[in-house]
Amino acid sequence: MSDVNHTAVRRLLTVALGATVLLLIALAVLIGRQLSTEALPPLTAQPTPADPALVQRGAYLARAGNCAACHTARGGEPYAGGRGIETPFGTVFAGNLTPDATGLAAWSADAFWRALQHGVSRDGRLLYPAFPYESFSRITRDDSDALYAFLRSLPPVAQVNQPHALRFPYSTQAALAVWRELYFEPAAFQPDPSQSAEWNRGAYLVQGLGHCAACHSPRDALGGVDSARALDGGLMPGRSWYAPSLRAAHEAGPSATPGASTVELLKTGVTAGASAMGPMAEVVFNSTQYLNDADLGAIGQYLAAQAVPVAPPPAAPAAPSTQLELGEKVYKQHCLDCHGEQGQGAAREGGSAMAYPPLAGNRAVQLASPVNAVQAVLGGGFAPATAGHPQPYGMPPFRTLLNDTEIAAVTSFIRQRWGHQASAVSPLDVQGIR
Amino acid sequence: MPLLRTPIVLVLAALLWHGAVIAAEPQRTVPDTLAQRAMACTLCHGKEGRATNAGYFPRIAGKPAGYLYNQLTHFRDGRRQNPGMANLLDHLSDAYLLDIANHFASLDLPYPPPQTVNAPRDQLARAEALIRRGDPARQLPACASCHGDALTGMKPAIPGLLGLPRDYLIGQLGAWQTGLRHAHAPDCMAQIAKGLTPDDVGALATWLSAQPLPADTHAVAPSAQPLPLRCGSAAR
Repeated sequence: MSDVNHTAVRRLLTVALGATVLLLIALAVLIGRQLSTEALPPLTAQPTPADPALVQRGAYLARAGNCAACHTARGGEPYAGGRGIETPFGTVFAGNLTPDATGLAAWSADAFWRALQHGVSRDGRLLYPAFPYESFSRITRDDSDALYAFLRSLPPVAQVNQPHALRFPYSTQAALAVWRELYFEPAAFQPDPSQSAEWNRGAYLVQGLGHCAACHSPRDALGGVDSARALDGGLMPGRSWYAPSLRAAHEAGPSATPGASTVELLKTGVTAGASAMGPMAEVVFNSTQYLNDADLGAIGQYLAAQAVPVAPPPAAPAAPSTQLELGEKVYKQHCLDCHGEQGQGAAREGGSAMAYPPLAGNRAVQLASPVNAVQAVLGGGFAPATAGHPQPYGMPPFRTLLNDTEIAAVTSFIRQRWGHQASAVSPLDVQGIR
Repeated sequence: MPLLRTPIVLVLAALLWHGAVIAAEPQRTVPDTLAQRAMACTLCHGKEGRATNAGYFPRIAGKPAGYLYNQLTHFRDGRRQNPGMANLLDHLSDAYLLDIANHFASLDLPYPPPQTVNAPRDQLARAEALIRRGDPARQLPACASCHGDALTGMKPAIPGLLGLPRDYLIGQLGAWQTGLRHAHAPDCMAQIAKGLTPDDVGALATWLSAQPLPADTHAVAPSAQPLPLRCGSAAR
């Protein structure tokens, strides 16, 4: 009996071992394929300066892609890199894009195009997807060349790239190779011939340069985006902001007033019922306010067509009455002067423009995740100062004035008043976000 | 009975919901002024920017516009480190920051009496010597040579030193010493602060926070004499 058992066990072990070896070989082949990308030759002579019109178009496209937001450190030289991008796997530091030896001086237009399309550096190293090449792979060669011409026109800044601070094993090229096998397939933009030129232009900007899906999509544990769920909303890594769904009507998707308000928000930072805050305020300030009306209209039209019927979350249990009482007290003391007793907000005297957004009916207040509401109370802030809205009204930060219990209470209060039925917030939630 | 009540509750709920939606139309208005816009600042910096020196936050009302503008851009661009200030100013343009600076600079409001009392005599003497005469042996100019004889500042960009919290003054001199606070190069205050001992810093903060404001609290006109050090921020 025992001999038979031993034989069976041995056979099983052999099969398991064989399967493991085969798997490892397959993995090695895949990793090898990813890692075998060749270096492209460095530029030996500086290319002749590009046509000014091309440089200007590149500058516009760099705005549309918001390249400077990541590739400029706080107070640093524009496009010289150095800003740390927090990810769940560590910090990735954006590189120097200026035509210095420490930047892109040795890069040809071909190398730049390959980086956008394939996420590979000039020397063949795989790039981290904090550089959103899943989106940028849709950028056309013409636009890539315009961007390249613009970056080459910048004054060279000598600033050595800071090495990434990623945890093992995410710090290895092999891990990156596996990630790319799982999640990344270079894909040129495919226009939809059944749609208008405007719709397709919007799709190109949203899916490509605008890389909206990089924040507004859910990511799995390895940081991958399921393309079927692009723009369905996602919690941003490391920053504790929720980028709401651009498709669901109860989040930031097309609602009763589509199109125009999307355009207005992207152009000015405010609409009648909402203002951009947190990371989106940065996007409007640095990027979308500079887009021309045709491109903004195209983005508005494309996004308006992305609506999906999603049921709003079910009514959450009511917060304890003691918490709501405290919340009401805090609201009356600190919020009411600007946002009004009925949460109706306030307009600017002598005009119809909004000064303080309404909280009643405000979708950002009622998101399933309370992080944005808590962040707003903690940090306050101004809507972005844009050409269309140069002097926004501001909200003070309550981080030092109110404790976790008070902030949880007032956030719960606004999430459950005026017919709202969003979940209550606990002091522990606030502590986690603070 | 509950069955009978249900439709009534629903109708009431619908009416309430309808009411909330109507009320959500912004009918209230607020003044179209910088004072109203800057309510974001005055929660910490005191009503109208008149923080007393009892806490930590500095008064901003009546400081020279060039000084305030420099600080706003310093916070936004990382030359001064304060995450709360950076978060507030991140998405504001130079033009708007200048408007905000001009607003607070234009406020001509009374100062409260100083909060620091009964300061030790030896500390006061040590500080007063540095403030009036500096210390030539250590190449420290007198504070008054740039901040004005009355220490109420010098236009356009040198701040007054009176009416500020002691903790704030210590914090700023310390931040210059450790490189957490910068001004435009050449950063004269960093150079001066690095020449001060911890005892100097304590004495200066005590003396400054113990002084009542003079009758004329305004910053003086730019000096005809060159400043004792080159200061990148003073000319802006």
